Amino acid sequence: MNSETYAMRNLNERELPAKAQETVQPDEAAESVRMRVEGLSVYYGKVQAVKKVSMSIRTHKVTALIGPSGCGKSTFIRCLNRMHELTPGARVEGKILLDEQDLYGAGMDPVDVRRRVGMVFQKPNPFPNMSVRENVIAGFKLRGVRDPKVLDEVIEKSLRGAALWDEVKDNLQKSGSSISGGQQQRLCIARALAVQPEVLLMDEPCSALDPIATAKIEELVHELKDQVTIAIVTHNMQQAARCSDFTSFFYLGELIEFGETAKLFTAPEKRQTEDYITGRFG
Amino acid sequence: MLGCISVSVFFLVAILGYVLVHGASYIDWEFLTATPVPAGETGGGIANALVGSFLVVIVASLLALPIGIGAAIFINEFPSLGFGHTVRFLAEVLTGVPSIVVGLFAYALIVIPSGGFSALSGSVAYAFIMVPIILISAHEALRLVPDSLREASLALGIPKWRTIMGVVLPVSSRALVTGAVLAISRALGEAAPMLFTAFGNSFWNINPTKPVATVPLLIYTYATGPYEDWHQKAWAASFVLLMVVLFTSVLTRAFLRGKSNE
Amino acid sequence: MTRDSQATVESAAGMLSGVKPLSARQQVINLGDRIFYVITKSFAVLIILLTALLVADLFRGAWESINHFGLTFLVGTTWDPVTREFSTLPTVVGTLVKGFIALLLAVPLSFGSAVFICFYTPRWLRPVISYPIELLAGIPSIIFGMWGLFAMVPVIRVIQIWLKANFGWFFLFNGPAVYGVGVLSGSVILFIMITPIITAISKEILLTVPRAQIEGMLALGSTKWEAIWKVALPYSRIGLFGAVILGLGRAVGETMAVTMVGGNSFDMIHSLFDPVHSMASQIASEFSEATYSLYVSSLIYVGLVLFGITILISLLAQFLIWKISRGKLALLD
Repeated sequence: MNSETYAMRNLNERELPAKAQETVQPDEAAESVRMRVEGLSVYYGKVQAVKKVSMSIRTHKVTALIGPSGCGKSTFIRCLNRMHELTPGARVEGKILLDEQDLYGAGMDPVDVRRRVGMVFQKPNPFPNMSVRENVIAGFKLRGVRDPKVLDEVIEKSLRGAALWDEVKDNLQKSGSSISGGQQQRLCIARALAVQPEVLLMDEPCSALDPIATAKIEELVHELKDQVTIAIVTHNMQQAARCSDFTSFFYLGELIEFGETAKLFTAPEKRQTEDYITGRFG
Repeated sequence: MLGCISVSVFFLVAILGYVLVHGASYIDWEFLTATPVPAGETGGGIANALVGSFLVVIVASLLALPIGIGAAIFINEFPSLGFGHTVRFLAEVLTGVPSIVVGLFAYALIVIPSGGFSALSGSVAYAFIMVPIILISAHEALRLVPDSLREASLALGIPKWRTIMGVVLPVSSRALVTGAVLAISRALGEAAPMLFTAFGNSFWNINPTKPVATVPLLIYTYATGPYEDWHQKAWAASFVLLMVVLFTSVLTRAFLRGKSNE
Repeated sequence: MTRDSQATVESAAGMLSGVKPLSARQQVINLGDRIFYVITKSFAVLIILLTALLVADLFRGAWESINHFGLTFLVGTTWDPVTREFSTLPTVVGTLVKGFIALLLAVPLSFGSAVFICFYTPRWLRPVISYPIELLAGIPSIIFGMWGLFAMVPVIRVIQIWLKANFGWFFLFNGPAVYGVGVLSGSVILFIMITPIITAISKEILLTVPRAQIEGMLALGSTKWEAIWKVALPYSRIGLFGAVILGLGRAVGETMAVTMVGGNSFDMIHSLFDPVHSMASQIASEFSEATYSLYVSSLIYVGLVLFGITILISLLAQFLIWKISRGKLALLD
């Protein structure tokens, strides 16, 4: 799919695929799987950070990745949009399939992958040399797309989608770094949404924010999942329990357990999961 | 201890003061706009040298800026074991090459094959002096750009080169410009390379393939010449040169301070 | 295996198993990225090429003279364009002597200034105090030459005459005092020129001394000066040495100012007042007179020797400074 047309097409509400069943068992209903990871192992040089992980990310659902520090969840999620390979010495084995296309296949351009799988980072990183307005459409502007009518629509739609429109609509020319931390993070979300990714990855998006800003973003995650599939890394179990439909528990680079959030938190299958949830370690 | 600083400051004041006193009074409109008169006569000016310096430095910048900034971009944005370190180290070593040796190089490279002195060879000499300075300052400027901004852009599906052009360069533009200005200001004041490249010219010339007068070389020629009038003109030209250098210095200082206030 | 060859091998296998190791080169699948990579890399490579070209051209230009004189060029003392005898020991000595005397004068002053800025100046005041030093460093050498020739030399001349009258028995002062231009003038102007550089770098080096070390000394009851002398300076001695070497390099390579005040002779010096060319001033003054190819070639030979000396000095200085500050310094000249 040409990335340019993909971004520019259909600025109205995207059509949802055939509605998935309400309760989906983790190992059924393949058509509602957006991304599938098969046997993913990730290395930094000789150190193996992720060990043969297989899991799936369901369409229009929120999948949380939890685990103690250093368990590999951030490394894992950064492979989903091929950001991990920017680290020198990084190496990946296994497959990651987006709509049945291997993201690491030969001839697959990481640039295209990242257009389709967006990311929001731990620390908000709006571009300081651009205004709020320019930040939102950075994904277009930096590629040379300039049609002002279209861009204006994108700006409003994305900022509304990130629950930021009302707060900044009169101040779109302000510098991207002059707004508050929570607003900056929502700006980053708007920016990521503007290019209409299929999946949005969030790497501990609230850890640098205060509780009120965090609550706003959690609410946002809930609203956004109808538009875009979300995978969120969090070290905050309560957040995972609140926001997500599915949860993966990582420990020491391995996927220990994956399942529906409600079930994982009330009746975990693995001992380690239970220990973590009840706070016995980590 | 304070005495040590005072000595440096004393010399600074002494030099600036001397140039000011001896040079400022001679500056007038004719000095700045007329071309030289035959040796020994009074009157005339250094307009040809002012324009000549300007010309030579502009062409040198057109050569040096892409090379210096381009190489700095490569070293910083496409890191590879050893190569980047080597180039950076080389640049720092090159800043120690005497400018007269650079002049010899330009002489051997351009003047000999082309059969004559030219402004272009002067530009090449200046460019050789400027590239290491630009590379080092640009490299430092790029290093200051946080990786999180690069990640933000790449995560949007922006190709690396557009990330560099659209995010990294604009964010570091202040420091980049400062480095460029410093390099230009340094080149403007160099006389030695001009001795056997641009060579000097008592007449008006803007043809890059011919010799051209430049201010620092003119100062040297006039200062070591026998005529009192020439000495006077040398002072006045020194004053002009000094003003330009001071102006650039103050400008870059203010520029950088403005950046750190953001 | 190098990362690159590993990448080549494994990307072939990558079709089958999804293994994807990466080098900087392999990140650039995108066409725009590829082009950009090639362009910027060629600029970086160009710098290396140009340096090699510089060395090659110097050798080529000097070849006739190298062939003719060989290494006796470096130890002979006659420079006579008329008899076509060229050798450069006096000017090498002249260059090094002026450089070292300049260092002798500059080092105490620079270190003192640097210590003052680092340890006796409140942080907010430091940029203000450093500013005159920076300005001095930025003044073009031709202006130093002007001031040196017209303002400084007459003063030096007076000093020289006085020294000769009172201490003329001392071999250093037993020379043509009335010239004014000579080793002493050359050294003094160089001293004024290299002080700011040594000061600036020493200041940066001293600022990297961990506060904890100094405070530790002070806590034991030493005076501030003792702490500096016994802790800060020894700690940073490598970097300081590097700064000194860098200053020497600048002094050795300096042209215009020295040409104007250092004297124009090719005879071996015997006193502080003797005029003598430095290598740089020799090239600067003689080049326009060089009418035949051996003459030109010999001058380029001098340039080659000068280049060699400054490169060695520069390499040594850079190595020392990198060792201390691990490349964090931006050495803006």
